[in-house]
Amino acid sequence: MIKIKAKDVDVFYGKKQALFNISLDIEENQVTALIGPSGCGKSTFLRCLNRMNDVIDICSVKGEILINDFNINDKSCDVVRLREKIGMVFQKPNPFPKTLYENVSYGPTIHGMAQSKQEMDEIVETSLKKAALWEEVKDRLHEPGTGLSGGQQQRLCIARAISVRPEVILMDEPCSALDPIATAQIEELIDELKKEHTIIIVTHSMAQAARVSQNTGFFHLGQLIEHGSTDKIFKNPDNTKTQDYITGRFG
Amino acid sequence: MNLILFTFIVLLGFTSYYFGRKKAYTIQSTKKRLTALPQFYGYYLSIWCAIPAFIIFSLWAIFEPTIVKLLILSDYSNQGYLDDELNLIYEKTKALSRGQFTGEITPFIEASAEKYLSLRSIAQSSKVVIVLSAIIASVAYAYKRISSNSRTREPVEKFLNAVLFTASLAAILTTVGIVFSLIFQTIDFFKVIPLFDFVFGTHWYPAKAFVRDSSEALDPTMYSDTFGAVPIFAGTFFIAFIAMCVAIPIGLMSGIYLAEYASYKVRQYAKPLIEILAGIPTVVYGFFAALTVGPFLKELGTSMGLEVSAESALAAGGVMGIMIIPFISSLSDDVITSVPQSLRDGSYAMGATKSETIKRVIFPAALPGIVGSILLGVSRAIGETMIVVMASGLAANLTLNPLESTSTITAQIVVILIGDQAFGDPKTQAAFALGMSLFLVTLCLNIVALRVVKKYREKYE
Repeated sequence: MIKIKAKDVDVFYGKKQALFNISLDIEENQVTALIGPSGCGKSTFLRCLNRMNDVIDICSVKGEILINDFNINDKSCDVVRLREKIGMVFQKPNPFPKTLYENVSYGPTIHGMAQSKQEMDEIVETSLKKAALWEEVKDRLHEPGTGLSGGQQQRLCIARAISVRPEVILMDEPCSALDPIATAQIEELIDELKKEHTIIIVTHSMAQAARVSQNTGFFHLGQLIEHGSTDKIFKNPDNTKTQDYITGRFG
Repeated sequence: MNLILFTFIVLLGFTSYYFGRKKAYTIQSTKKRLTALPQFYGYYLSIWCAIPAFIIFSLWAIFEPTIVKLLILSDYSNQGYLDDELNLIYEKTKALSRGQFTGEITPFIEASAEKYLSLRSIAQSSKVVIVLSAIIASVAYAYKRISSNSRTREPVEKFLNAVLFTASLAAILTTVGIVFSLIFQTIDFFKVIPLFDFVFGTHWYPAKAFVRDSSEALDPTMYSDTFGAVPIFAGTFFIAFIAMCVAIPIGLMSGIYLAEYASYKVRQYAKPLIEILAGIPTVVYGFFAALTVGPFLKELGTSMGLEVSAESALAAGGVMGIMIIPFISSLSDDVITSVPQSLRDGSYAMGATKSETIKRVIFPAALPGIVGSILLGVSRAIGETMIVVMASGLAANLTLNPLESTSTITAQIVVILIGDQAFGDPKTQAAFALGMSLFLVTLCLNIVALRVVKKYREKYE
């Protein structure tokens, strides 16, 4: 099943073009990794998928991005509803300066998803459980989220993202600020989450892409050079640039 | 003379820097490795020049007058003069030597004045000689001592540390000095006026104290019901409250607009424009309040059938609020802008709108800073003098009606201290008592503010 279909996406920062003609299909309930050297546009592409580029004044996006066959770049698209359906986890853990509970209940509150305190408690608990954080924090839900370790903070951000039961989760280098143990925990978590969510992850680590993803897209200088199943990209890429990047000859 | 000497010493300092560095370069050219960069050798020599100069100058400043006085007055010893008379003779001598003496000139004093002048010139020239020779000796000693492995970096760093420490010490000592001068005058004041009457009295009428002829004996009973500070404290807080009612909402909202909503271009022009408000002298605000806002409110009130005083608390407080807007607006703008973009992204990515993000994420994160800016505004409101003096009258009415005139602590201090005042009199000491209580109030306010800010910091960081 194709969940997201990008067609001829161009992105401009002012006059500078950052992405050229990107067309990419993303499979439902699978992990798609976007790899490529720094500045190649993979994060920019990721931010197109929940229209986070709207936040940047000078950024403009052209082309069609269909999610469930609906073009999110259309004027009729409600960004609030879109972002409810498409969660995002950032490179640096960014818990709000609030308690753990308030962090996780933030999304459900602004989208009016819980009718009672009890319902909210349940949402918080299941989200934290899914993010494999519940056991560690269940006794201190009302302490600040910023007091956790880096890895815990990132899992808190994942719990926050899944609290509104999004269909898609975008992850922008979620492990780049974490140590190997925390990274392993997050990767395990990603594997678990793909049962219910479609996941797109931007990563600098080729090993990580190989470990967690089923599909991989390789970006270079704002172009999508090659995409396909992770197995094929890593073992038998069509393009020599992909081959060079994966074997570490550049980038 | 001192100025020329000082300039010369500064020049010597630069020269020793040059020589120190030059010697370092010479050492370097012999392929020896230096323990510090060549500049440090220069600084090191400059310090050796500055320290003896500073020590000798301060010693001179402390001891020269005393020694000269002793020498002059030694002529008059054993003649049975009292200490006070000796002091008078010395003052006359000094005045005559400056050519400012107008009384009868006795030969004794004339002789002393001549001696005084010659002593001064000896002191002056010996100072020049001693300072210069001390500098040259110490610089020469240090110059000889420096070699490739002499430690120059540590002394230079220590010297800088000491200079910076002295600077902060000066600021602290000044504060302590001011507080002490307040304390002693305040204690004197409370010897005459009971503390209870001051703190709980409801009549503030210092004019009553002005009618006393200072030659009359001091009779504490005549001051009962004169220095009751309740009305002016109430007036101070009342006017500050009105000011904050104007300043907090407008300042905060414009700060949020500038930080979150305004486009780059709007912000570029709007922010300096708002900050211009902060540059207007308070006197200008004062006559704006007294001549424009006050009469306008009076007319408006009359047309609605209300009794409005031309000098009302509302006019003073309102204009004061306008004066405080730029502080709150500009500071909260800075605080909100410094909230990390990652928090905004996190909130937007959850599907929050701009206003939700501001209300639920940015505002709480910026709260310590915003509270800080508000409290800064409050202490400005409490300390503001000119607007109140000009626009709210000087009669200390105990009232909560914003349309009547009322007065504040600072305005009353002005009233009390304007013109010639006798020191050691309760009416002038009242100003010190008021200043002391104002100081205590703002101190408490600052302590509370720091506590609040710290508590929020702990919660959110």
